Amino acid sequence: MERKKVTIDGNEATAYVAYNLNEVCAIYPITPSSNMGELCDEWASQNKPNMWGMIPTVQEMQSEGGAAGAVHGALQNGALTTTFTASQGLLLMIPNMYKIAGELTSTVFHVTARSIAAQGLSIFGDHSDVMAIRQTGFAMLASASVQEAMDMALIAQASTLESRIPFLHFFDGFRTSHEVMKIEQLTYEDMKAMISEELILEHRKRALTPDNPFIRGTAQNPDVYFQARETVNKYYDKCPAIVQKHMDKFGELTGRKYRLFDYYGHPEAERVIVLMGSGNEPAKEITDWLIAKGEKVGLITVRLYRPFSLEHLLEVIPTTVEKISVLDRTKEPGAGGEPLYLDVVNAITESYSNGTLKLKKFPKITGGRYGLSSKEFTPTMIKAVYDELKKDNSKNHFTIGIIDDVTNTSLDFDAALSVEDPQTFRGMFYGLGADGTVGANKNSIKIIGEETDNFAQGYFVYDSKKSGSMTTSHLRFGPKPIRSTYLITKANFIACHQPSFLDRIDMLANAEEGATFLLNTLIPKEQIFNELPKKVQQTIIDKKIKFYVIDAYKVAKETGMGMRINSIMQTCFFAISNILPREEAIAKIKKSIEKTYGKKGEAVVKMNFDSVDKTLANLFEVEIPKNTSGELKMRDAVSAKAPEFVRNVTSMMIEGKGDLIPVSMLPDDGTYPSATAMWEKRNIALEVPVWDMPVCIQCNKCAIVCPHAAIRPKVYDAKELINVPETFKYTKYKGKEYGESAQYSLQVAVEDCTGCGICVEVCPAKNKQETRFKAINMVSNETEGLREKEAVNFDYFLNLPEVDRTKVNTSAVKDSQFLQPLFEFSGACLGCGETPYVKLVSQLFGDRAIIANATGCSSIYGGNLPTTPWTKNKDGRGPAWSNSLFEDNAEFGLGYRLAVDKHKEQAEFMLKKFAPEIGEKLTDEILNANQDDELGIFNQRARVQDLKKKLKNVKGDGARSLEWLSDYLVKKSVWIMGGDGWAYDIGFGGLDHVLLSGKNVNLLVLDTEVYSNTGGQTSKSTPRAAVAKFSAAGKTTAKKDLGLLAVSYGNVYVARVALGASDSQTLKAFTEAEKYDGPSLIIAYSHCIAHGITMRTANQNQKAAVESGYWPLFRFNPELIEQGETPFKLDSKPPKIKLADYAYMETRYKMLTKSHPEQAKILMGQAQEDVNKRWKMYEDLTADYQKAFVKI
Amino acid sequence: MSNVDLSTHYLGMNLKNPIIPSASPLTRDIGNVKKMEDAGASAIVMYSLFEEQITHEALELYHHTSYHEDTHAEALTYFPEQSYNLGPEEYLEHLHNIKKSVNIPVIGSLNGCTDGGWTKYAKLIEEAGADALELNMYMLATDFNTTSEDIENIYVETLRSVKANIGIPVAMKISPYISALGHFAKRLDNEGVDGLVLFNRFYQPDIDLENLEVVPNVLLSNSQSMRLPLRWIAILYGRINASLAATSGVNTAEDVLKLTMTGAAVTQIFAALHKYGIDHIKTILADMEKWMTEHEYESLKMMRGSMSHKSVANPGAFERANYMKALNSFK
Repeated sequence: MERKKVTIDGNEATAYVAYNLNEVCAIYPITPSSNMGELCDEWASQNKPNMWGMIPTVQEMQSEGGAAGAVHGALQNGALTTTFTASQGLLLMIPNMYKIAGELTSTVFHVTARSIAAQGLSIFGDHSDVMAIRQTGFAMLASASVQEAMDMALIAQASTLESRIPFLHFFDGFRTSHEVMKIEQLTYEDMKAMISEELILEHRKRALTPDNPFIRGTAQNPDVYFQARETVNKYYDKCPAIVQKHMDKFGELTGRKYRLFDYYGHPEAERVIVLMGSGNEPAKEITDWLIAKGEKVGLITVRLYRPFSLEHLLEVIPTTVEKISVLDRTKEPGAGGEPLYLDVVNAITESYSNGTLKLKKFPKITGGRYGLSSKEFTPTMIKAVYDELKKDNSKNHFTIGIIDDVTNTSLDFDAALSVEDPQTFRGMFYGLGADGTVGANKNSIKIIGEETDNFAQGYFVYDSKKSGSMTTSHLRFGPKPIRSTYLITKANFIACHQPSFLDRIDMLANAEEGATFLLNTLIPKEQIFNELPKKVQQTIIDKKIKFYVIDAYKVAKETGMGMRINSIMQTCFFAISNILPREEAIAKIKKSIEKTYGKKGEAVVKMNFDSVDKTLANLFEVEIPKNTSGELKMRDAVSAKAPEFVRNVTSMMIEGKGDLIPVSMLPDDGTYPSATAMWEKRNIALEVPVWDMPVCIQCNKCAIVCPHAAIRPKVYDAKELINVPETFKYTKYKGKEYGESAQYSLQVAVEDCTGCGICVEVCPAKNKQETRFKAINMVSNETEGLREKEAVNFDYFLNLPEVDRTKVNTSAVKDSQFLQPLFEFSGACLGCGETPYVKLVSQLFGDRAIIANATGCSSIYGGNLPTTPWTKNKDGRGPAWSNSLFEDNAEFGLGYRLAVDKHKEQAEFMLKKFAPEIGEKLTDEILNANQDDELGIFNQRARVQDLKKKLKNVKGDGARSLEWLSDYLVKKSVWIMGGDGWAYDIGFGGLDHVLLSGKNVNLLVLDTEVYSNTGGQTSKSTPRAAVAKFSAAGKTTAKKDLGLLAVSYGNVYVARVALGASDSQTLKAFTEAEKYDGPSLIIAYSHCIAHGITMRTANQNQKAAVESGYWPLFRFNPELIEQGETPFKLDSKPPKIKLADYAYMETRYKMLTKSHPEQAKILMGQAQEDVNKRWKMYEDLTADYQKAFVKI
Repeated sequence: MSNVDLSTHYLGMNLKNPIIPSASPLTRDIGNVKKMEDAGASAIVMYSLFEEQITHEALELYHHTSYHEDTHAEALTYFPEQSYNLGPEEYLEHLHNIKKSVNIPVIGSLNGCTDGGWTKYAKLIEEAGADALELNMYMLATDFNTTSEDIENIYVETLRSVKANIGIPVAMKISPYISALGHFAKRLDNEGVDGLVLFNRFYQPDIDLENLEVVPNVLLSNSQSMRLPLRWIAILYGRINASLAATSGVNTAEDVLKLTMTGAAVTQIFAALHKYGIDHIKTILADMEKWMTEHEYESLKMMRGSMSHKSVANPGAFERANYMKALNSFK
């Protein structure tokens, strides 16, 4: 049977089968599995029928725990049901998994195996999550490649229906889930042949139904629970044979033959490796290579890991085997070995003790760990394992792929060895996130995979920043099947789409001799060689590299493509690489453009066509001189002035050499220094703001909105102006409050600025001669000397003294911005709407703040290595930050408060005890200090210093303890922050509980109205009528009014703010919330790239949201009730524009009018009603809070 | 039942009266169109289909949905993949639905920005059922390298290519800022334009003094705005074959009568409907009948062109000489 060849990733391969074979999908987003749920939702919204002609129901839940519950419920009612998840998500499903298995319920969970957060979170792939569910009773079936992901998804479904054991089908996160491969797509006939209608009926017959009632889920007593638990044994005993039966049937259908344990290698192998997952593919490569060299080696691929069939494993082990090494992609600290290793040891020893072991001798078995968090796993590493087995005393419990210089577990390997097939084309493409490089490469690999006979593979690597990030695309294709599931290190084609990477990344180190190098550059071909770093020049000469250039930005500009150079660079690639004749390649690129962009409108297709047509005339080969020229050097990753850890460790991560950092150089417990982002100097802005001093009115609005703390005002005395750099700007401060001789400077950190331009947009001052100019204006970062001079100026600015906090009127926007930001230069998106709030917390309370951060965007831009933005002031104080989980953040933060209060209580208790030694006066002053403002805090800190001095001379039980505890006598500010996915959905139960705990914590909800970090999925905060993932046809229900819920409790300070609409109200809310001695909740409108807006002007959207009444600003202060005042203050005016006038400024709303116009009209009408009703309700609350609640 | 005949002939269509609601957002709502018919409108002009807007919307949607793709491992996209109606479908469907809902003629309105766009969308509008097409020549000559001849040639070429591709009558709504309007009208007439709509009103921006910003400030026309089309209709009447439509400032029955007397076949109306409601059409028609009855006019035909340049006693009153007179009247 002819099957279609498709070039897709592992997630799509799996989702294709899951969608076709299920009726219900209960889902929740989590990387890297989210795409499976998204695809199912998209297909359902497009009314795409499944194999049975039905459209599956896709239901997003509030958490993975919720998804598992819904799956359990749907299964109990006889629906074919599935879910997709990973990592912590899978852990949240565990309780239900026990139930589903205990009830012998047929289902398949598809899991992209991912690391579990331990010393740090990781989104990347390993088996830590799936190994954590091996005890639940689920069968576990592993896929090692994209093709297998599709195949095993079907085999798992067939097997679960027959065996009644639920299956977990898993494959490696990112490596398989996101690897694009040319595979053979299963047909409906294949699926029909594998899936038995009778077994489906059997499944249905087990459903709960009042037409045939029974009870399931009883509570059992000691008399029967145990025996009842043993009833399932027979099902598990039969399961392996059932799976093998379906694998055999599948093999007959498709020609792809699988076994529960597949042996690959020498028939008389003496050394064998056992492993599971994508590592098999490179293991096969090196096994072939070693056999060709005469070595007797072999490989066992584990497919069915649970139930673990000893019998089937032993069947495939060659009798000649003397040594076995079992590789686990997980770590179980403290265990006798990792799980797969222990299973193999058990199989061999049990068989030996039974007398059934057929091996010539009892083998030596070792176990090792590899590939945690998608750590590279290459043929040379596997060779090192084979080589180690040769040794008499081969290492056990080893690691491979890292340098463990502490407990010396690691094996050495030869990094230079490559066994890649020379016939395979290997290309690496360095692009800037958002320039379209990855998209173009995905297209290229599809063209090559689907339009030629080549096998093709694409894998894409992203850095951890959300703005100015570097992407690296790894493309392989060739006449032979591709098994290299690892990054390319020897490329015959390298493209640099972003010229600024050239002096940062030594990309040609990966080039083979005679490779081709394509560079996008503004510099003419005659001058370009001279402008390259010397090291790059030398490599080009030494490796005889063919060098091509194109000014893709020029072509993009001419054709209206803006910054997107995807089609242009793709055309260059095809033109140079000669994969296809030029004309044919261009025709295929255009066909692919039409396919990709056809649904986005003719204009988009035309624009891309134009860019393709104009490319070749701008593509040139550069003549390579014999010698290097110029003096340009590669840039140092960090300044020599940086602290030791940053110089030695962080810098390696920045340079992309983190794999080489040995264990000894990393912290043991996940504790990293603050204040590291300041050293990275990413220089990613194309344009930066420049201050026009005479025009400035010193309002500091630019600073409060800056998402990256890159524009800063400072007020200081004129006497501080010593050795002023030539171009440093300062002027007299417009005010008297900081003294007669106070000076004012507004300084831009050009090397840290992202160039979003938000500051310029909000600047209210205009140049009177030419009104297009403001007090700050964007200029090219390439302006002669600008970057160097401003770097010096910023350094000087930082060394000017910070403002005296006790003199700052923190209730005024202008003054608040003189407070040093202790959150700076984060990796957040250009123009991020969340970070200004985070920064504001750091300015107002940062020197005494402890922050609990829910997983999400804020934990990534706030805590993703290599560098992190939380910093400290000159006294060494600053926010202490941690991230626990996604779901538990409110509880985590409450724990902070409990501990801090306990410490304070204990300190006070002991202070009283030591009062005679310390002195009654100081004791009284400390115990009764007013710490409501900065002056109060300052004075208390001084008292605590006195206390510490006095304590030095005090002996006795507890004096040393009090020395440490005394810092808790200074007020601490607990902040619990995260996005709406946390607050409205997964963490709502905890948040609700914390609000009612009465404890003094401040909860900040950075409300982007979608799960931004995982790519814009619907949350309960998503507004009606907006489109988001999982609401492709528009969200049909209204946004949850979290604020009103909290107001209804009566004891919570609640504020809804929008910085872009009212900075003063925002500031007021933050200071009041912090001051309130109880739980506070601030819901902050955070514009986001997931809204589909122009980020530079995003504050206009905030303003419109408020003016339309969609986002009414309010503050609810319970303290006012006691004072006899109305606690509910509505801070914004009645709606003056229609909701649609605001909403249709944003693509998330507007796209619905283009995709589902009728639905858009209906939903917008309802959404306007929501606004009207809510406004009325809020007005009632303002008028009479008590009465309004009776009414509500 | 009135005894005066208000019927007229415009773009080859016999209309029961000269009141046509002009291209405006009011026609976005079918309910409004029905009200217009009920109030007595003899035809309607749909709001304009702007090619530039279609292109802009497609590019904007593409930009915002794709700009942040593939930048971060956790979020390769931010929006669900969907198919969009980014062409003129919405407009065409609306036109089609209006045609189904009312019995009066429906005139499509189009503003193109490319050669291909004009003809392509004109054909689609015809296919969607429009009885005639008004080409909305909304363009400001801000390019200093473009001559007045270039501009006129664009009008003529556009008309020629649209006429060559569709069979329904074509009117052209033109700018008043043409330096030699008589000659230009003749050129269009020679190309077979079926009607001229005088004139396009360009939104005139204002200055916000507080914020030092140029602000769009839509000034609705009043009866005085009518003077400009009045003069030119008077001059053109009887000298070209195309029928003439007056737009701008038509607020009252008197306005309609004046314009008819200068030679207008129809008068297009928007500001008054916006101000007084769609039923204002009824008032205008009733007032017209009343005036005509009182002044013993049996039909509009009787008065059409009676006060045109070629029919008045003092044609100079429509010319520059009148300027001096007007100035002197202030003394």
